[in-house]
Amino acid sequence: MSAAVLAALTGLPTVAGAALLLCGRRADRAAAPVAVAVTAATLVLAAAAAAGRPELSAPFLTTVEGGDLRLVVDGLSAVLVVLVAAVALPVTVFAAAGLPRDTARARFAGLLLLFVAAMLVTVTAATLPALLLAWEVMGATSYALIGFRWDEPGKLAAGTVAFLTTRAADLGLYVAAGAALAATGSLALPDLRAAAGGWADLAAAGVLVAALGKSAQLPFSAWLSSAMQGPSPVSALLHSATMVAAGGYLLLRLHPLLAGTGWAATAAAWAGALTALVLGLVALAQTDVKQLLAASTAAQIGFVVLAAGAGATAGGTAQLVAHAAVKAGLFVAAGAWLTALGTRELAGLRGAARRYPGVGAAVTVAALALAGVPPLSLWASKDEVLAGVESTALHAVGLAAAVVAAGYSGRLLAVVLARPGGEEAFDSEEPGTRRVPAATTAVAAAFAVPAAGLGVLALPAVAEALRRLLGAEGEPAPTGGALVLSGALAVAALAGTVLVVRVRPGLVRAAERGPLHRWAGLGRLLTPRPGLALARALAVADDRGLDRAVHAAAGGVRRLAAAVARADDGVLDRAVTGVARATRRAADGSARADGGLVDGAVRATARAVRRAGTAARRPQTGLLHQYYAQAAAGLGVLLLLLLVAR
Amino acid sequence: MLLTVVIFMPLAVAAVLAAARGLPGRTASAVWVVASAVDLALVAWLWWRFEPGTGASGVVNGFASEVDLRWIPTVDAGYHVGADGLSLPLMALTGVLFLACAVYSLRETDRPRTYAALFLFLQTACLGTFAALDLILFFVFFDLTIVGMYFVIAGWGHGDARRSALTFFLYTFVGSLALLVGFIGLFLGSEPRTFDMVALAADPPLAGSPVAGGLVLLAIGLGLAVKTPLFPFHTWLPDAHTDAPATGSAVLAGVLLKLGTYGFVRIAMPILPEAWQRWATVVVVFGVVSVLWGALVALAQTDVKRMIAYTSVNHMGYVLLGLGAAGMVAAADEGARTVATVGAVYQMVSHGLLTGALFLLAGVLWSRGHTYAFDRWGGLARPAPLFAAALAVAAFGSLGLPGLSGFVAEFQVFTGALEAAPVATVIAVLGILVTAGLFLLALQRLLTGETTAPSPGRGPEPAGGGEGATAVRERTAVRVADLRAPELLAIVPLLALSVVLGLLPWVLLDVIEPAAAAVVELVGR
Repeated sequence: MSAAVLAALTGLPTVAGAALLLCGRRADRAAAPVAVAVTAATLVLAAAAAAGRPELSAPFLTTVEGGDLRLVVDGLSAVLVVLVAAVALPVTVFAAAGLPRDTARARFAGLLLLFVAAMLVTVTAATLPALLLAWEVMGATSYALIGFRWDEPGKLAAGTVAFLTTRAADLGLYVAAGAALAATGSLALPDLRAAAGGWADLAAAGVLVAALGKSAQLPFSAWLSSAMQGPSPVSALLHSATMVAAGGYLLLRLHPLLAGTGWAATAAAWAGALTALVLGLVALAQTDVKQLLAASTAAQIGFVVLAAGAGATAGGTAQLVAHAAVKAGLFVAAGAWLTALGTRELAGLRGAARRYPGVGAAVTVAALALAGVPPLSLWASKDEVLAGVESTALHAVGLAAAVVAAGYSGRLLAVVLARPGGEEAFDSEEPGTRRVPAATTAVAAAFAVPAAGLGVLALPAVAEALRRLLGAEGEPAPTGGALVLSGALAVAALAGTVLVVRVRPGLVRAAERGPLHRWAGLGRLLTPRPGLALARALAVADDRGLDRAVHAAAGGVRRLAAAVARADDGVLDRAVTGVARATRRAADGSARADGGLVDGAVRATARAVRRAGTAARRPQTGLLHQYYAQAAAGLGVLLLLLLVAR
Repeated sequence: MLLTVVIFMPLAVAAVLAAARGLPGRTASAVWVVASAVDLALVAWLWWRFEPGTGASGVVNGFASEVDLRWIPTVDAGYHVGADGLSLPLMALTGVLFLACAVYSLRETDRPRTYAALFLFLQTACLGTFAALDLILFFVFFDLTIVGMYFVIAGWGHGDARRSALTFFLYTFVGSLALLVGFIGLFLGSEPRTFDMVALAADPPLAGSPVAGGLVLLAIGLGLAVKTPLFPFHTWLPDAHTDAPATGSAVLAGVLLKLGTYGFVRIAMPILPEAWQRWATVVVVFGVVSVLWGALVALAQTDVKRMIAYTSVNHMGYVLLGLGAAGMVAAADEGARTVATVGAVYQMVSHGLLTGALFLLAGVLWSRGHTYAFDRWGGLARPAPLFAAALAVAAFGSLGLPGLSGFVAEFQVFTGALEAAPVATVIAVLGILVTAGLFLLALQRLLTGETTAPSPGRGPEPAGGGEGATAVRERTAVRVADLRAPELLAIVPLLALSVVLGLLPWVLLDVIEPAAAAVVELVGR
């Protein structure tokens, strides 16, 4: 029974998504209701799964231990399946309300459902094949979703950047799988904790790289910037409970492996803390609201990664959940403004919160939470994370990052809450509708509630309950002093930023002109140019080197053959023809001799005989008197002969 | 007996087709489809009756439908055929791909009767090579495939077809001669002397003479490396593919290349286990270099078909990585080496399906515009959404996305090979990143952007020129016909099979695994 719940939880969005994709544009009309119904059912199933803690296994790679598709819902997974489903439902409603009528809705809804299903499998996977399958399908669907409007220039290219960056990191998981098999003879995730030695180091390194890539941590952060090309619902989903959350989740899940190596946990913690600080500064320098939110996503997930490195599972999970609620709401609002006002430039959004007060109120709550203002959610979760951090240096970086977070939140608030000047540049992206659908406002409000309400985590009893749920009893809780300090810092930084934006706007503009505005050159790390140059060089080597060598070898054979042929013609053949010619000459000679001498003699004899014959014929004239005369002459000659002889 | 029918049935139909001079082209094409379908059904029946893993070792015992007849008794060469977990999947692949080619060619107009006969002849040659359990028989079928493919390229190719066909023929023929030298070496090294693979595998020749064993492996390896093809023996491949007809390319890449990799796992590994172990590192290095070289050179191509051709070098590199790792007996346990070997065999099947589909899709481009150049096409997703969807699925399958067969193969190769050859495997993993890049780039170039297509060059140019001509060209330029029924019916089943093998891999793994385990055991001797 319970296995069926888990099968339905992951299978329903998969099958529905695939069916919508296969139907294509014929299903456009039905797509939105189907997607909303499916995500609603998924939410119910997720709650059931969280309560029932089911397990499920389907045969996959039968060749290897732990090669099955095994899904297990434990405490951490229970929190995450509910989170994913709870974010997916409102975002789907937002998409249904906000997408233009003529878009390929079936394709969008199908991809969205597959994306959600992939995240659900990712957070429940108990074997590496299951994890990697969902992990990469999530990357591919995010590619297709970011490039959803492929007929607009640059959109699909942005998807390509996202997919290639995350896949570059995913290679780590392939290596980790091999290392896991070598170390433990199994691909099951729980067995990975038992890994030791060099293989454990390799596995930990692979997992770390894969997680940092997926969560857009340093040095992979820049793909999030181009992912902003996607439709707003995609951003709302991708930046909250899915995709970027997956990396943080994986590190939380595999903390024992990281800790076992002695270096990987520290590396993760530093990567997270530095991302929180650096990407926070990047967020401060943005002029585009979606870019600001994107950079802040990487920064906030940085706290999750920091928590995973430090072993603060409860804090990391709380941060993941709180950030998902906050960021989904903010992206819904940014999307609503983009549709209504046609711009995502901060300059154009001046006073946007006042124009659309419903969304404005939700944004205000979410941005205050993002700033870490007490008693809202991220204030509590961030302190829960920092409580687990033992190293002073890391702690200091974390606090600094929290201050920066208050800074960029303050900047956003200062702009959207300002009195509209009347000369805002609308419609810089697309023609706005000047209307925010009621459904969108409701969705933004729905996200604002947990964004504020999860501040209850600051209550020790609630935090303790979370720890029990995650099986993380004994993790340190923040002291009252730490809570007060971070709250005060956040409020001060927020107020300071608002003041600076109001009084010294030149400072802000200077930051916008600096390298931080262009994501501190992180995009250059992802440039494919060296790879392309190498590829071209090798292609030339292939054509001019190898192929030519083969053809040269073939040509050599042909030249050799020609030489042999010449030798054949010049020596052997000439000898043969020479003999033949000599023979012919000899024959000619003998023929001539034959004709000249022998035949000549024969002919001469014949000629003489003929002449004699002719001569002999001459006397035979047929005239009697001549015969008489001849007879007389003959007799005379005979007589004379007789006379002479005697 | 059933196996012999499977092998020779296409040849019999080919003979009938070749003799029936007055047969209309459409009928000949239909006969071809029916013959291929029946042959595939027979393979399916063979598969149905096949019981994987019954023999203690998949190579020495347990051949399905085995036949052993006297043929050339003086050298103990016989007509010995049989099916096991290594050959059966490849025979099934052959059946599927040839049927797809038959369906794709339903509207062939250029001498369809001869074309059908030639392909049926090729099918017999391919099936025979996979089924052969005798070296001489293997060699004869192996060479017949070269002859058949030469005529396909030379007779129905385009561009510089004769030159490419000749290059293909000479290069692979020289390779097959090296193979023959190796076979004769095996014969001379065996005691009693025989060409029978089963007998040779049971009692490996040249055991204890490393130099002779190494030289024989070199000859066999060289012959198979040309066919596979591995770096640096691959340069005949892009030209042959570029100028071959679509179905010819599909069969060449899908089936003929597998003859090479199959030879490694069927002949080189079980019969020369000592030499294979000794030279496993070299095999792995050739595999890894092929992986990266193939992927990077493919990335730089400006021609769709050449790009796909080079990805074959990349994909065959993974096979060699897995098989080489299987020979590193000291470095990894038997379980991991079996996984790598299974992955390599799985890759053969998976690559056949996906590359077959990719080449047929490239053929669609040629039929619409007589060019494969990337810069002549663009925005095809608008006029041809079915083509776009099929190309996207095939591309993602080829770049190893989970859910399609390529992932199952590559994941097992990497996972199994890492323990044996960690450095090589970590380098080879980069290959799937480069393939991802090149396929996404190709999708971007072909499917998105402004819709462009070459004006039909063969069509009559409108007389008069001037503005009228330009207008006509522009109008025809954006009209590209989507996949037609035969094309759809040929390509979609290949992709569907790849999805099935990607989601339910145990269907195939159950057949391959016992045989692969047996090979690993034989290599480990």
